[in-house]
Amino acid sequence: MKFEIIDYKDTRSGFGEGLLELGAENPKVVALIADLTGSLKMDAFAKKYPDRFFQVGIAEANMMGMAAGLTIGGYIPFTGTFANFSTARVYDQIRQSIAYSRKNVKICASHAGITLGEDGATHQTLEDIGLMKLLPRMTVINPCDFNQTKQATKAIAKHKGPVYLRFGRPKVPNFCPPDCEFTIGKAIQMTEGKDVTIFATGHLVYPALEAARILEKEGIQAEVINIHTIKPLDADAVINSVKKTSCVVTAEEHSIYGGLGDSIAQLLSRELPTPIEYIAVNDVFGQSGKPDKLMKHYGLDAPHIAEAAKKAIQRKA
Amino acid sequence: MPEISELQAIASQVRRDIIRMVHGAQSGHPGGSLGCADLMTALYFEIMDHDAKTFDPDAINRDLFILSNGHISPALYSSLARNEYFPVSELATFRKIHSRLQGHPATKEKLPGIRIATGSLGQGLSVSIGIAQAKKLNKDEKIVFCLMGDGELEEGQVWEAAMYAGANNVDNLVALVDYNKKQIDGSIDDVLPLGDLRKKFEAFGWSVTEMNGNDMHEVVSHLKQVKSQTHKGQAQIILMHTEMGMGVDFMMGTHHWHGVPPNDEQAEAALAQLEETLGDY
Repeated sequence: MKFEIIDYKDTRSGFGEGLLELGAENPKVVALIADLTGSLKMDAFAKKYPDRFFQVGIAEANMMGMAAGLTIGGYIPFTGTFANFSTARVYDQIRQSIAYSRKNVKICASHAGITLGEDGATHQTLEDIGLMKLLPRMTVINPCDFNQTKQATKAIAKHKGPVYLRFGRPKVPNFCPPDCEFTIGKAIQMTEGKDVTIFATGHLVYPALEAARILEKEGIQAEVINIHTIKPLDADAVINSVKKTSCVVTAEEHSIYGGLGDSIAQLLSRELPTPIEYIAVNDVFGQSGKPDKLMKHYGLDAPHIAEAAKKAIQRKA
Repeated sequence: MPEISELQAIASQVRRDIIRMVHGAQSGHPGGSLGCADLMTALYFEIMDHDAKTFDPDAINRDLFILSNGHISPALYSSLARNEYFPVSELATFRKIHSRLQGHPATKEKLPGIRIATGSLGQGLSVSIGIAQAKKLNKDEKIVFCLMGDGELEEGQVWEAAMYAGANNVDNLVALVDYNKKQIDGSIDDVLPLGDLRKKFEAFGWSVTEMNGNDMHEVVSHLKQVKSQTHKGQAQIILMHTEMGMGVDFMMGTHHWHGVPPNDEQAEAALAQLEETLGDY
């Protein structure tokens, strides 16, 4: 199977590297941070482009408004803070000043999901994809590893319109090629299979590939598709795969409500009703702990995905 | 350059437009709109360096105005239409289905003159600071004006923005407070007293001045003075004393007309007090 691990890196560092390169490539790119420069890996950009870097302090609402304002004058603002403070805390600011106003702001959100770890549920958002998906005009992207996050960061600068870019804190397998192509809204087929499709996003893509390996040993061919763009959803990629496999597992580090699973289910219920199993956090808040232990505890790992796949296969008519 | 008497005449027409729009829609906010008609007239007909005929959403080399208290949109729409940003006949569509003149300003169908949606309160000052910073990056010497309601200052985001602008010397920004001391539920002092606004903004690092927002002589001379003090290292805010409902006797001295439209009889009575100077739409 392809996609061997190159190294272990955090996706937020992919964002930081992508932003630094954007600084050189596009003089209109500016960055704002709410007192988390190091956590968002924006230090290098801040040092190299101090005139285009705005430290706003712990004032996320003001940051979102300022970002909207900076677009009036032709700039492309990238805001940085944790995912919880990038969404729930500033939802109305994003809704009115950015999404409704069609502002070209890139909301870059780190420490998403339970892999934020020890800080616990106050900081672990599992609702952010849903919140952002609900906003008309918002593009929602959740890349899977360092290399893909870097490419996604560069791609969103070229896209005109508001974008929510979600990434995470811990070091995770980096397995996409360094020069991997990133096209917003175009899903990536990672493995080919005929028995079940696993639609995975973000930190769950690598565990989905591991699950496919487990299933392969049992003679089950799983097709793993990396849905890095949750909105707009690549409907063709979803339907074409499901036509072949006739059953689905969705996998995401998010609430079972409002995330990738809902998007896939809504599409398939209209176009191609199909048994679906969900790997997601089942309507509870997170808790403190090591990221890998939390992922296992909430069932967000390869063995759980493989089990869900077998269940989905059994449900086929 | 128009004489003060000409500006006063324009303000009278703006007030007529406000009454007719809110009456026509049977919905909207006449009180604050009437109170700010003099300011809007002064900004759009005298103070701001803007160009309606070649509206640029990015406002490059133009002064611009952000109406943070978006509910007084009738005053803004009238000022824009009377500057030929869009036809005055369009004022008749205010708050009606398929109109570009939404209840609160929106970028819907790229309505000329509107650069961002406002109405959910507390957001406009942050937006204005962002615009001001973009102007600095662009080496654009023009100014950003931002009007907020006094009740709006109860929103926490205003103070985040105030802290930022004070600390970072955003000196190409002029904020204004429509200080009519009334909000929907009653007088500010009954709902949530603002305390000493001058001292509060001074403590946040702003230069604070005050003016009578319903005296055209004072509005024009004060705005010119404040504009001359931009680019001098300090954010500026004007506490603009106004009367809600100004120009219509029975709408003054009460918060009742904050968000209530006049009926036919009331509209007629109001219009009888406001001279038609530029021709009704």
